[in-house]
Amino acid sequence: MRKLTVFQKSNTAKKEKILNLLLGSSVITLFLVSWELLFQFKVVNPLFISAPSRVVLAEITIIKDGSLLTNLSVSAKEFLLGYAAAIIIGFPFGIMLGWFKLIRGSFGPFIAALQATPRIALMPLFIIWFGLGITSKIVVVLMSAIFPLIVNLRVAMTTIDSDLIHVARAYGASRWQIFRSIAFPTSLPFLMTGLRLAAGRGLLGVIVAEVFGGAEGIGYMIQYAGSTFQTDKVFAGVLVVAVTGITLDFTLDRLGRYFDRWRGEVAVH
Amino acid sequence: MTNNNVIVASENGSAKRVLHSTLLTAGVEELDNTLSFPVDLQQQLKLQDNRQVKLSIKNLVIGYLDKQTGHTMVAVDKVNLDVREGEFVTIVGLSGCGKSTFLNAIAGLVKHQYGEIRVNDRIVNGPGTDRAMVFQKASLLPWRKVGRNITYGLELGGMKPAEAKEKASYFVNLIRLNGFENHYPYQLSGGMQQRVNLARALACDPEVLLLDEPFAALDAITRELMQNELLELCEKVGKTVLMVTHQIDEAVLLSDRVIIFAARPAYVLADITIPISRPRKGHIKDSEEFRNLMSRIWSIIEGNANIGGGI
Repeated sequence: MRKLTVFQKSNTAKKEKILNLLLGSSVITLFLVSWELLFQFKVVNPLFISAPSRVVLAEITIIKDGSLLTNLSVSAKEFLLGYAAAIIIGFPFGIMLGWFKLIRGSFGPFIAALQATPRIALMPLFIIWFGLGITSKIVVVLMSAIFPLIVNLRVAMTTIDSDLIHVARAYGASRWQIFRSIAFPTSLPFLMTGLRLAAGRGLLGVIVAEVFGGAEGIGYMIQYAGSTFQTDKVFAGVLVVAVTGITLDFTLDRLGRYFDRWRGEVAVH
Repeated sequence: MTNNNVIVASENGSAKRVLHSTLLTAGVEELDNTLSFPVDLQQQLKLQDNRQVKLSIKNLVIGYLDKQTGHTMVAVDKVNLDVREGEFVTIVGLSGCGKSTFLNAIAGLVKHQYGEIRVNDRIVNGPGTDRAMVFQKASLLPWRKVGRNITYGLELGGMKPAEAKEKASYFVNLIRLNGFENHYPYQLSGGMQQRVNLARALACDPEVLLLDEPFAALDAITRELMQNELLELCEKVGKTVLMVTHQIDEAVLLSDRVIIFAARPAYVLADITIPISRPRKGHIKDSEEFRNLMSRIWSIIEGNANIGGGI
C-alpha cells in the first residue's frame, strides 16, 4: 500500500516536470520566433533589435576571429581571482564574525555600512587606485562577492544547534574540537549558498566594471560593440555572459545539494 | 559510607535518626520483621556491600542565580550518594526538583558550590571521558552517518578513525542497527536515534554511564520497547549507571536502587533497593512485587508534594 502511494506520487511529479519543460521551452521558442519575424518583416529598425539568426552568426564570427576567447579569458581571469580572494578572506572572516562575540561587536557595524554602499559606485575610485587594468576589476569582483559569503557564514554560526554543543562538551570536547566537529560542518551548506550568491554578484561586478572602463574583457566587448551600433555583437556578448551565469549557478547548486545530502530534503534557496 | 547514611537519615526527620541508631546495634535479620522503615534497613544492608564505589557524591550543593529576584537559589542541597560498580541507580522526583541539574553536575556541565564528586575515587571538576551522558534528545550530528555518530566521543578522545570504525561495528551490532551504519540520522526513527545516542555513550567505555530521561521524548510504545532493550543491554555490558527519570515503572524495572529526590531544593528523601532478581524481563511489571514497589515510591513522592514541595 505504501509503495503504491510513493509510486503514484513520483509519477505525477514526473508528469508535472515534463509539462513544465514543454511550457517553458514553448515560451522561449515563441519569443525567438517573434523576434526573428520582427526583424525579417522590418517592423522595427533592424539595426536596433538584431535577430536570433544574426546573433548566432555574430557568435560564430567572434569565435572564428578569436576575439571571444581573448575577451572571455580576460574576464574569467578577473572573475576567478576576485572570487577566490573573496572566498579566502570572506570565509574565515564570516566565521570569526559569527563565532567570536568580540569580533562581531567591533566589526559588525563596519561590515553593515560597507554592505549598504553600492560597490559599483566606488568604481571611479578603484580606477584611480588600481588603474584601468585587471586589478581594479578584481577588486570590484572581490567587493561584490565577499558580502554574501560573510553574511551567510555569520548566520551559519548563529544557527548552530546548542544541543550538539552540549553533547560535545559532555564528551569533553575542546573549543577547537567543537569548532571543527560542529561549527564547520554546520557552516558548509551556508557556504554553498553564499558561493552561489557571490558568483552571481561577482559576474555582474566584472561585466559592469569592464563596461565602465577598460580595454578588454566581455564587458568591454559589449560596450564597444554597442557604441559602434553592432547590435548583433552586443547580443552575442550578452548571450555568452548569460550562459556562463547559468552554468555557474547550476554547478554550484549541484555542489550545494551534495553538501546538503544529510538534510532529509534539499532546501531551495 | 557510615557518615553518609547518618546525614541522609537526619534529613528525613528525627524519628528516623533514632531508628537509625537502633539499627546500628541490632542484628539485621531480627529487624527485618519489626522494622516499619525498610528504607533504612536497606541503607544498613549496604554497609556490607563490598563492591568498589564507582561514583561517590558527598554533600553536593548546587546553587543558581534566579534572574528575576537576583537571589542565589539552592537547586541541590547536600546530596550524598554512592553508586557501586555494576549498579544501576535511578533518581526520581517531581519535575523541576533539581535531579537533572544534579546529573549535569556529575557530567561536569554544571558547576557545584560545595561538596565533591568522585569517580573511581578521583575528584572530577569538569567533563571527562570517565563519564558519558545520554541526553533526552538524541542530538546526533546530522551530517554524520550512524557509524561515525557512534564513534564521535571516541574521536574527541583522540582515537584513530580506523580503530574507531572497528569499535563502531561492534556497537552497531549491540544496539541491533545492523545495515544502518551508513544511514543519516534523519533516516532513522526516534527510537533508533536514541539507540545510537546510547551506543555513542557506551562506545566511550565510561566508568559511569549517565542517562538523563533517555526515553522521555519517545512515544509510549517505543518507550516500553526501549526500556526492555536497555534492560537487556545493561545486563549484558554490566555498566555502572545513574539515570534520571519521571517514569516510576521505568525506574523500578531497570534499577537496583531507586533514589527519591525531594523537590526544590533536591535532597535524598529515600533510597529504595529493588530486590527483584536479575535477569529481569519486561513482564515483571505485572507482578505484585513490582506494583508494591511502585506504589511505595509513589506514596513517598506524593507525600513530599503535599507537604509543600509543590508541583
